[in-house]
Amino acid sequence: MKRENVLRVSDITMQFGGVVAVDNLSLEVNKGEIIGLIGPNGAGKTTAFNVITGVYAPTNGSVAINGETVVENHPHGKMKTMYKGKNDGKYKDVKILSPDRITKLGVARTFQNIRLFKGMSVFENVLVAMHMNMEAGIFSAAFRRNRKEEETMHEEAMKLLRMFDLEKNKDDLATSLPYGKQRHLEIARALATKPKLLLLDEPAAGMNPQESDELMHLVSKIRDDFDLSILMIEHHMQVIMGVCERIYVLDYGALIAHGSPKEIQSDPRVIEAYLGVGE
Amino acid sequence: MNFMVENLPYLLAGISVGGQYALIAIGYTMVYGILRLINFAHGDMFMVAGLMMVYLAADLPLYLSVPVVIILTVFLGVMIEKVAYRPLRTAPRMSIMISAIGVSYLLQNAALYATGGLTQTYPDIPWLSQTVEIFGANTKMVTVITPVLTLILVIGLVMLIKHTKIGMAMRAVSRDFETSQLMGIDINRIITVTFIIGSFLAAIGSVLYFTNYTGVMPTSGAMPGLKAFVAAVFGGIGSIPGAVIGAFVIGICENIIKGLGWTTFSNAFTFVLLIVILMVKPTGLFGEKNIDKV
Amino acid sequence: MNREISKKQRNILTASACLIVLLLVYLGNMLIPPTSGMSMMFTVLEKGAIYALVAVSMNLLNGFTGLFSLGQAGFMLIGAYTYAVLSIPAASRDSVYQYFDGGLIKFSIPEIFSNALGSMLGETGAVIGEYIGMLIPMILAGILAAIVAFLIGIPVLRLKSDYLAIATLGFAEILRAFFQWNALGSITNGSNILRSFSTYSTPLFPVIISGICIVFIILLINSSYGRAFKAIRDDEIAAEAMGVNLFRHKQWSFVISSFFAGIGGALLAMFQNSIASTPFTSNMTYELLLIVVIGGIGSVTGSIIGSFLFVACSEWWLRFLDAGSFLGMDFAFMRPGFRKVVFAVIIMLIVLFYRQGIMGTKEFSWNGFIVFFRNLPLKIKNLGKKHKKNTDIEKEAR
Repeated sequence: MKRENVLRVSDITMQFGGVVAVDNLSLEVNKGEIIGLIGPNGAGKTTAFNVITGVYAPTNGSVAINGETVVENHPHGKMKTMYKGKNDGKYKDVKILSPDRITKLGVARTFQNIRLFKGMSVFENVLVAMHMNMEAGIFSAAFRRNRKEEETMHEEAMKLLRMFDLEKNKDDLATSLPYGKQRHLEIARALATKPKLLLLDEPAAGMNPQESDELMHLVSKIRDDFDLSILMIEHHMQVIMGVCERIYVLDYGALIAHGSPKEIQSDPRVIEAYLGVGE
Repeated sequence: MNFMVENLPYLLAGISVGGQYALIAIGYTMVYGILRLINFAHGDMFMVAGLMMVYLAADLPLYLSVPVVIILTVFLGVMIEKVAYRPLRTAPRMSIMISAIGVSYLLQNAALYATGGLTQTYPDIPWLSQTVEIFGANTKMVTVITPVLTLILVIGLVMLIKHTKIGMAMRAVSRDFETSQLMGIDINRIITVTFIIGSFLAAIGSVLYFTNYTGVMPTSGAMPGLKAFVAAVFGGIGSIPGAVIGAFVIGICENIIKGLGWTTFSNAFTFVLLIVILMVKPTGLFGEKNIDKV
Repeated sequence: MNREISKKQRNILTASACLIVLLLVYLGNMLIPPTSGMSMMFTVLEKGAIYALVAVSMNLLNGFTGLFSLGQAGFMLIGAYTYAVLSIPAASRDSVYQYFDGGLIKFSIPEIFSNALGSMLGETGAVIGEYIGMLIPMILAGILAAIVAFLIGIPVLRLKSDYLAIATLGFAEILRAFFQWNALGSITNGSNILRSFSTYSTPLFPVIISGICIVFIILLINSSYGRAFKAIRDDEIAAEAMGVNLFRHKQWSFVISSFFAGIGGALLAMFQNSIASTPFTSNMTYELLLIVVIGGIGSVTGSIIGSFLFVACSEWWLRFLDAGSFLGMDFAFMRPGFRKVVFAVIIMLIVLFYRQGIMGTKEFSWNGFIVFFRNLPLKIKNLGKKHKKNTDIEKEAR
């Protein structure tokens, strides 16, 4: 069964000066899939996320969301002579949508080192993510001409908070939440943008086995309830192996393996690069 | 050739002012390099040095008052850092910038109180204000001395930073504050030294600068201060040669603009330059690029 | 006992409080003779209201959007000049623009309205007409400041924190030079002052105008756009990842803030009766910034309180410091300017030791207000007790 493609990353190379952080990475996420992206620390996983979401412009390669190219670049300017990657000349255009436009096209993300809005309440954190889908202009919003819209926003935000068991903390400052709840709030906030693809950057970091077990169920519940696809970076192997349909393994920026959890677990290169060292 | 002769006085004045800006700009660029702080009070310290000279020269002979002014300015600079910036070291950057603005406000108001709002006549320093003739243009000795002295001081400073232990520590701190602290560098000492150097140069700059002008006012420091800061940004903040080149460019351009009869816009030019450089190359001529970590 | 009051009650309370304040101002102005010492209160009230508006508009940028902009004085300058240029009666233009042949513009908007309504409704019509006519150049003042902000914002708002500060400061200086430029003298009067323009005659006018403007800013801050501004302040990268268009929102915040700075400038021109470009330096911006800091960055209430405190201290309460004597004793050091030094020291103390300012990021709320006063007697009663208790506990611990 061939499923509809949601994200297609093609030949991405990200070079900072002379350092190649991501080396010729290609990956795909199809509709309804939960995909894992793993690799040792510094393998370039978060950098890949930053390229997909438009935070960094890649040195070469392209990213397409639902078939629409959102990022495309090739080595030019200073990079022309410094470029160390492959596929030089394959990409001609320079197109880099800003992160907010990529979010608008249906890609939401969480951050490895939690980036909640510190000065705002839990509720407001979620509401901000709904702002971009608002129709009212600045003046009709300021003069409260959009009461209905605002009310539906509030209801939807409350629904999300309830789902993540945060409604009691609604008016607390986001940063006053315990660590695990902050991670949940980040996911709730990302979901509030109504994404088709959710990028989770180490959602289980710092959680104990029981919490990460709960998270695993939560991730598949999110996929089903919100009808979206998920690409997640994670170090907890139980979570990754338990919930992901396919896994991509990065090492030193390059893709070293790709396949089902079973295949990955028995892949000698992965064991050498990653599992053999870590666990 | 005629054009040259007509414009020579402006060019000379430009080089001279440029040198004075350079001496102030170094203070900005060094402090920024280490603390990532625009020391808004630096220009006002320069003004205070001018005022101290006015008051001291009334009672002391010149050969004494100049060194005393320099010592007092250095003391003031170090005190400002100790009192107003050090307690905020871990605070958000905006707070420390606001503190700098507060110090600037305090110095200006204190100067206003001391002078009663009247322009104070700067003492004549005999040798410096002597008239000399260069290529047929009459000018003050200070015009000739400034660029020479500036270059000597800058070269001295660069040697200090390149070849001494404290210079190495300063470079390390400006590269990475936390790591150098972990490596056992006494951050506070380095910052104090930075302020000593910055204030010292500003004091010398003030003696040279005010000799060219007749009076000192509480607001005299604001404009040269801002221009010197722009010079530092132009050259790439954190880079000493950059600041010096920037200062000369600004000094010369602004005087040529005055020569063309656009005096109203001589100040504005500096900011046009600033905005252009920030648009085109935000890191300045010799600045380094920082990548935000996500 | 801790029942919260409803939204309706809150609105009634707010409305009645506003009415009472306006009534008091009106009555006070009628009853207190201008020669009495209390008349200083009205200077403070007018200037405080104007500063409050500008401080709140600056807070919108610095406190709520996290843009460290230092261009406020420049936008006030635009506002003040726009208002003044459009409101000098035709008859006075020759003497005001004496070096520029009476200037380019030969009409005054307040005068036109005053004449038009005056011929229809008589004397009251003329007064009403003049006030209506004053509103129009005032709004134009805001719009021009907003347009300039829009243009400046295109390059400047892409810069980061301290670079933004210095670039906006630079633009304000360029604006000042521009207004002093002799080639524009037939409009701006070059470096000469503008005077004789229409102005208000009751302190109610600046209070009401800046009140309306501040209410708008509060409504904006509490709207979805206000939340987006705060998100940008807290974390630009996360805000962008949540779909907030950074540039567009920064531009909105900058333009709206400048619009109100322009209105504030126009009010300041009216307050001073004359205007010149010299006082609109970076120092004026610094003062405004310090007001915002005293009140609390990120609190509208704080900015308002800060403004009135600042103006009251510098214009009124600390005047005695300049007068040379205190409690009947003469001090040689207490001469003009001493007040400002004391004042600057106080500000430094606040900046260093009381960084969150008076309000922090909190706002005034009726609930907080009522709870505070309800608990006040209890608190006072407990004050002695608590002290005793603490010492008891300490003793036990030993």
